[in-house]
Amino acid sequence: MSGTRDITVTVNGATYPVSVEPRLLLVDFLRHTLGLTGTHVGCEHGVCGACTVLVDGDSARACLMLAIQADGRSIDTVEGLGRIGQMNALQESFHTHHALQCGFCTPGMLMTATDLLQKYPLATDDDIRRGLSGNLCRCTGYEHIVRAVRAVVDKRKAAP
Amino acid sequence: MSEAPEMHVRPKIVGARIKRTEDPRLLTGLGAYTDDRQIVRPLHVAFRRSDQSHAKIRLIDSAAARKAPGVVAIFTAVDLSEDVRTLVATSRMKDYHATPIFPLARGKVRYVGEPVVGVIAQSRYQAEDALELIVIDYEPLPVVIDPEQAVRDGAPLLHEEAGTNVLVSREFKRGDIDAVLASAPVRVEGRFRMHRKTPVAIEPRACVAEYDAGRQALTLHSATQVPGIVRDALAAALDIPGHRVRVIAPDVGGGFGGKGSLYPEEIFVCAAARRLRRAVKWTSDRMEDLLANTQGFDEIVDAEIGLDAGGHVLALRADVIGDVGAYSIYPWTAALEPIQVVSFLPGPYRIEHYRGRVQAVATSKAPTGPYRGVGRPTSTFVMERLMDMAAARLSIDPAEIRRRNLIPADELPYKAASGIVWDKSGFHECLQAACNAIGYDAWRARQKTARANGRWIGIGIASYAELTGIGSRISVAPGMPINTGTETASIRIDSTGAITAAFGVASHGQGLETTLAQVVAEHLGARFEDIRVIQGDSAAVAGGTGTYASRSMVLAGGAATLAAQTVRDKILNAASHLLEASVGDLAVQDGKITIVGTDRSISFADVARAVYSEIGKLPQEARGELAATKTYDPVFGTTSSATHIAVVEIDPQTYQIRIDQFVVAEDCGKLVNPLIVDGQVHGGVAQGIGAALYEEVRYDPQGQILTASLVDYLVPSACEIPSIQVTHVESASPTTLGGFRGMGEGGTIGALAAIANAVADALSPLGVDINELPMTPERLFRLIEAAKAETRS
Repeated sequence: MSGTRDITVTVNGATYPVSVEPRLLLVDFLRHTLGLTGTHVGCEHGVCGACTVLVDGDSARACLMLAIQADGRSIDTVEGLGRIGQMNALQESFHTHHALQCGFCTPGMLMTATDLLQKYPLATDDDIRRGLSGNLCRCTGYEHIVRAVRAVVDKRKAAP
Repeated sequence: MSEAPEMHVRPKIVGARIKRTEDPRLLTGLGAYTDDRQIVRPLHVAFRRSDQSHAKIRLIDSAAARKAPGVVAIFTAVDLSEDVRTLVATSRMKDYHATPIFPLARGKVRYVGEPVVGVIAQSRYQAEDALELIVIDYEPLPVVIDPEQAVRDGAPLLHEEAGTNVLVSREFKRGDIDAVLASAPVRVEGRFRMHRKTPVAIEPRACVAEYDAGRQALTLHSATQVPGIVRDALAAALDIPGHRVRVIAPDVGGGFGGKGSLYPEEIFVCAAARRLRRAVKWTSDRMEDLLANTQGFDEIVDAEIGLDAGGHVLALRADVIGDVGAYSIYPWTAALEPIQVVSFLPGPYRIEHYRGRVQAVATSKAPTGPYRGVGRPTSTFVMERLMDMAAARLSIDPAEIRRRNLIPADELPYKAASGIVWDKSGFHECLQAACNAIGYDAWRARQKTARANGRWIGIGIASYAELTGIGSRISVAPGMPINTGTETASIRIDSTGAITAAFGVASHGQGLETTLAQVVAEHLGARFEDIRVIQGDSAAVAGGTGTYASRSMVLAGGAATLAAQTVRDKILNAASHLLEASVGDLAVQDGKITIVGTDRSISFADVARAVYSEIGKLPQEARGELAATKTYDPVFGTTSSATHIAVVEIDPQTYQIRIDQFVVAEDCGKLVNPLIVDGQVHGGVAQGIGAALYEEVRYDPQGQILTASLVDYLVPSACEIPSIQVTHVESASPTTLGGFRGMGEGGTIGALAAIANAVADALSPLGVDINELPMTPERLFRLIEAAKAETRS
């Protein structure tokens, strides 16, 4: 319970040398130590996916990782995607297709979708649905989220 | 799909698929949810919750916990008894027994998860550490867990002072039910069970109270749908005038009714913040959410209809037991859910003779409260199953039996047997539109062939009507005395020309910052993007309750219309002086006032400067504040209606249910933003599918909850939800300003019944009856195996 460990974590390209309690969850570190509150906590047991971030490029649950496990690693969060006025293609597609309502699952959805888009062809909507099945959304019924991801896939295919 | 509104002709802003104002902040991680709030030196609360179903609290020993690292204070009910006045959800209903709302359990506990002790520490980790050091000595009391046993005389009592577990009962009656049923040529009946659900907003509840000791003022940020109701309750409970209590619902991560009541934790953090003169914060974890958030539905319904030989329903009888859990929630009361089952049971059908009886029974489970649909998912499930059962008995097609019984357009408005009045709404149009959209006749033909090949394909229809946008003549919760029938809009143009529109409603995903700005822009003649909407703040208007019961577009939209028109008149008056033209020659559009037929125009900012800032530009009478506050009351409300059709196929080997197609045809009146309406319908249907096939809160016979994680309580993922087609039958409401009808809940109301009917239809060759939801794989397996065994024997 007491004592701290020194770690160095890179978040959205910036490096943070910090001292943390060994039991501190990665998601609490991001939210409350760094103030990056875009990553949300929905269940704290790895089911809902709201806390999904990229760890060295792979999607991971920030509620199932300790901050000290991120020592020496590179984390990407929703704050590292586009900013207001300069949103990236995925964020814009979510906006266009009304793929968010309350917005609470959205950062996790975006990070999972970012991972999927980098790794898989997502040829069918079923592929998209399977890829997103670790992220729960209670508002949208997923329909518009699938359409938003589909539009990014299609645009990518159309690009030379 | 069209995107931004077409701009080449005079644009209609209401009705356009405008992208949401809320989105950019939420898509970039800049949303501001309650737990995101950055506060100087906050204290954190962890609650020690009851692990007993029903027990007397003999002793609480917190001595060791007080010495734990970081602990600042520990409070029990006794410690706070001087700080908090007891609240009670009152009702005008006779035979109603109120139950008190305490921030912490007092004397005894009544469900697993009830907060008993609050630990306040420097960090949440430390507060949770200290919980384990608290010793509570309980004396177990007899379990009160089975609602049918709890209604019986002599059953152990959860609230001794009530003298009964039946917190409220009610009977609706019209006509001579017994005689008509006795003589009806055809009778079908069933015993239906809707199991308990929980809302599972992805943001768990959270609240943080900040106390300004100098001003003796309290600000509560809370993930709530009802900041106005919470403010009023806190002012009463803490004895603070309303201008020193402000409740803000910032970005809220979904609600679905689960954030629609006053909670003990909200009272606790406020009382503790005032006592400690520090900010006090609590954020629920998911287990607390599954234990202690208000839950939904949970009814046993015995129902019967009598029909003539042509399939016309003559009479309907129902006896309902609603399991309301441990307390009558504030302010809606225990009457909310079960009584609406009975008042909405006749549905959109012409039924002359009716008797519906209901008992709301307290058991040692989490209190039930509003959950999307409230009462109507169960009433629609029961009525639509009875319709299909009758159709099968009479060999009438399910679509046709509905055609024969839906109230015809020329009989609307129609007073239903329970007393509800349906105004003109597209009952028949929705049924027809849904049949067309799914290709109903073609599916029936395909089903015939598939059945011959041993495949289990089912088609399920559900039609329903709901009362939305309810005005001041009716309470949204039967008997509840707080007015929920009005909302206020306060619109002003400030000295920079910026437009602010403030409301008492509280968006938690509905996109009201967008849709209300559309209504304001339309009636003010302003540009959509120039309007800032303030909502979710008890200080925004003098009186407002929040967002629930499919009311916000009707009520706040109506108030916005009235206020915007008034401000527009003030702008025109000032502009007529500035342009030296009569008001009748002026047009207002896109934030500019133009002399019609000329190129002479001025902007809202020009007018605002002249009114507020420039000396001598305008005569006194034209310098009135460019602001208006208006309240709207739709008096009765309006009828939304829909037909859902589901096609399912069940795998004869694994019994897995796959939804092949799902269509909704709905009438929510004039659409403000079709993109948002579609999203609401999709989300509602997904919750209905969850409720029909997966979701069930379970307690064991000792009252322990078995569904305390999202591994046990199954929320559907993208793989379980099919693509959903939505068709709009846009008949403007004749009874509301703007013709809007409410539509936030309907998706859930229809979907359960459509799925239940589709599953029953798929299994009809086996003679399996679907009268219990959710139809989990285990239940389906047992039903099919039992049917097969019966066939063999």
